[in-house]
Amino acid sequence: KALNPNRSTTCENNMAFTLYSLIQAAILCVNAVAVLHEERFLSKIGWGVDQTVGGFGDEPGVKVQLMNLVRSVRTVMRVPLIAVNAVCIVLLLLFG
Amino acid sequence: LTLQHHKLQPPNSKPRARAAPPTADSVLFDDTSSAAPAMNSQGYYTPGYNMAGPSNNMQGGAGPDLFADPMANAAMMYGSSLANQGKDMVNKEISRFMSVNKLKYFFAVDTRYVLKKLMILMFPYTHQDWEVRYHRDTPLTPRQDVNAPDLYIPTMAFITYILLAGMALGIQKRFSPEVLGLCASTALVWVIIEVLVMLLSLYLLTVHSDLSTFDLIAYSGYKYVGMIFTVLCGLLFGSDGYYVALAWSSCALMFFIVRSLKMKILPSLSPDSMVTGSSAKPQFRLYITVATAVFQPIIIYWLTSHLVR
Repeated sequence: KALNPNRSTTCENNMAFTLYSLIQAAILCVNAVAVLHEERFLSKIGWGVDQTVGGFGDEPGVKVQLMNLVRSVRTVMRVPLIAVNAVCIVLLLLFG
Repeated sequence: LTLQHHKLQPPNSKPRARAAPPTADSVLFDDTSSAAPAMNSQGYYTPGYNMAGPSNNMQGGAGPDLFADPMANAAMMYGSSLANQGKDMVNKEISRFMSVNKLKYFFAVDTRYVLKKLMILMFPYTHQDWEVRYHRDTPLTPRQDVNAPDLYIPTMAFITYILLAGMALGIQKRFSPEVLGLCASTALVWVIIEVLVMLLSLYLLTVHSDLSTFDLIAYSGYKYVGMIFTVLCGLLFGSDGYYVALAWSSCALMFFIVRSLKMKILPSLSPDSMVTGSSAKPQFRLYITVATAVFQPIIIYWLTSHLVR
């Protein structure tokens, strides 16, 4: 029995996802977007709010959409992220 | 895949709009959720999509005076009213998150539609007209238009795929009940990831199409039909059959996705769109369509290759 190589016996050779790992990945991504500070970082690299040149009548480009997305994620998710992160930390402490 | 038997609607029944209509009149389905036991007595399986199981009310609601004991009568009526209250509350909560009417649109299918759609999925090359037909600005239900996306086929195909995966793993003597759950959640997560990436790219490139989230879930769930076909051929004919079936269903699915999404994502290449600075736009829309199409065979291979060794 010790000679058998440790074969994976499940669907695990291709990144077996559980829903919980998806939730964790989503939380990490949203955290990453939420910590981008407006003044200290985004303005320095030209992604600040005051740098969205309003293209009136024309459809905004990818960069403007992305900046809007970042700003809205930060605005909306700031408070719920506190709760979600706290829950996640407690769960990780309790169940590993 | 289990086939539903539906009562045929009279031909002049008006279709329900995909956005929730203000009237509560449901002519698409025999909505048996309101306790109408008389409708159930015809022996057809009328599709009641409310979760409370209207056919269960048939016995209880029809005869409140079945029992001689008045206390039991009162208790039963109280219980049924409590159940109705609970059902209403659940419906209200669910309809806060997603519109149940929109969801009902996607399950308005019948046998003929399912068979034709499956044939189109497997052999789309002879299908001529890919345009989704409208009826006074609302899209037609899948029962009336074979090009309309539905959620019945993806759901059933997903469940069949999970069962097939369990069977394939059992053949290889690698089965355990946890594996089934793992396969199910893996496939589900890939669908969610794909839908999220599609939504994000459609938003970032400001593509104003009428593809709702459920449409994207539907189109992304059609690949399960290809997966089932591939796994079946792999199980029956060995690894050669697997690769042949993989190539066939990949090509068919790519063709299907490109033709279907082309109508929705790339409509306005015509004079009304402004030319300034958006010369890259049609290109990006094409990239999205092609990327979606190319993603399908990759994910089919990824999710089925370990089942057919």
